[in-house]
Amino acid sequence: MRAKVYVTLKAGVLDPAGKAIERALHSLGFDEAHDVRLGKYIELRVEGDATQAANRLDDMCRKLLANGVIEDYRFEVGD
Amino acid sequence: MRWGVVTFPGSLDDADARHALDALGEPSVALWHKDRSLHGVDCVVLPGGFSYGDYLRAGALARFSPVMESVVRFAADGGLVFGICNGFQVLCESGLLPGALIRNRNLSFICATVHCRVEETDTPFTSAYSQAAVLALPIKHGEGCYVADPATLQGLEDNRQVLLRYVDAAGRATEDANPNGSLRNIAGITNPTRNVFGLMPHPEHAVEALCGGVDGAGFFRSVRLTLSEGLPARTASVPPGL
Repeated sequence: MRAKVYVTLKAGVLDPAGKAIERALHSLGFDEAHDVRLGKYIELRVEGDATQAANRLDDMCRKLLANGVIEDYRFEVGD
Repeated sequence: MRWGVVTFPGSLDDADARHALDALGEPSVALWHKDRSLHGVDCVVLPGGFSYGDYLRAGALARFSPVMESVVRFAADGGLVFGICNGFQVLCESGLLPGALIRNRNLSFICATVHCRVEETDTPFTSAYSQAAVLALPIKHGEGCYVADPATLQGLEDNRQVLLRYVDAAGRATEDANPNGSLRNIAGITNPTRNVFGLMPHPEHAVEALCGGVDGAGFFRSVRLTLSEGLPARTASVPPGL
């Protein structure tokens, strides 16, 4: 199964890189852009059916791909 | 007593840490990341650098190395673990210390000498210092901004686990004296049982006058004193405000 994992900063965690991107967007005239948060996107291929893959992906996210202290995660499983 | 200094792929300050220990007359051995044995050392140092390239997150991959399994068990048994810079990041990722270290507030890698105040002296890592001593210590990091949720921060304060704060030369923990945006100016913390210590400044780069100062030597002396003379008695103290 192909999988896509999205790791994002929890609300309230400082995101200086997101802030810098927001300032850059404003300086380019995109004044309508707000609340920019920079996260991570990870693609991978997982063995097993969709249910097995989802269970394993959840484990992967909790153990390694995201740091629960500062990050949230979600993933999509599918071909 | 004997010190062990871990080398992960990407560690940079492992040799410097051993050099500093040598300069202080402390015997040390090298510990390899693939080695599960800690070779009977009394204190494990996790040095600075970019373990495993700091891929994914700083310290995230080092935590799964074989030596870390032994370090986690060693810490659970009360062994002393001393994490410097990347070592601090590894300790947070391992769950041996609470919170996390994220990108510096100004997005820049900072290489500078800063002032830090010793907040607690009844710990194995700080007993050689006087309370509220102001130290000049080098920092060099891109991800040194300490964050934790409000409940964790309050717990750290209530249990007096904040051992080191960024301050100005007069010892005041001001916003201007905070180099990286760390919450509550936190530069170093310990765990509830006070046998694991992590800090972003580099005491191993501050043990010889020739290299700019000796203010970092006290951390190593504290560990030596603790292991030879026992733990200092815990004192009740008023938590210093910001």
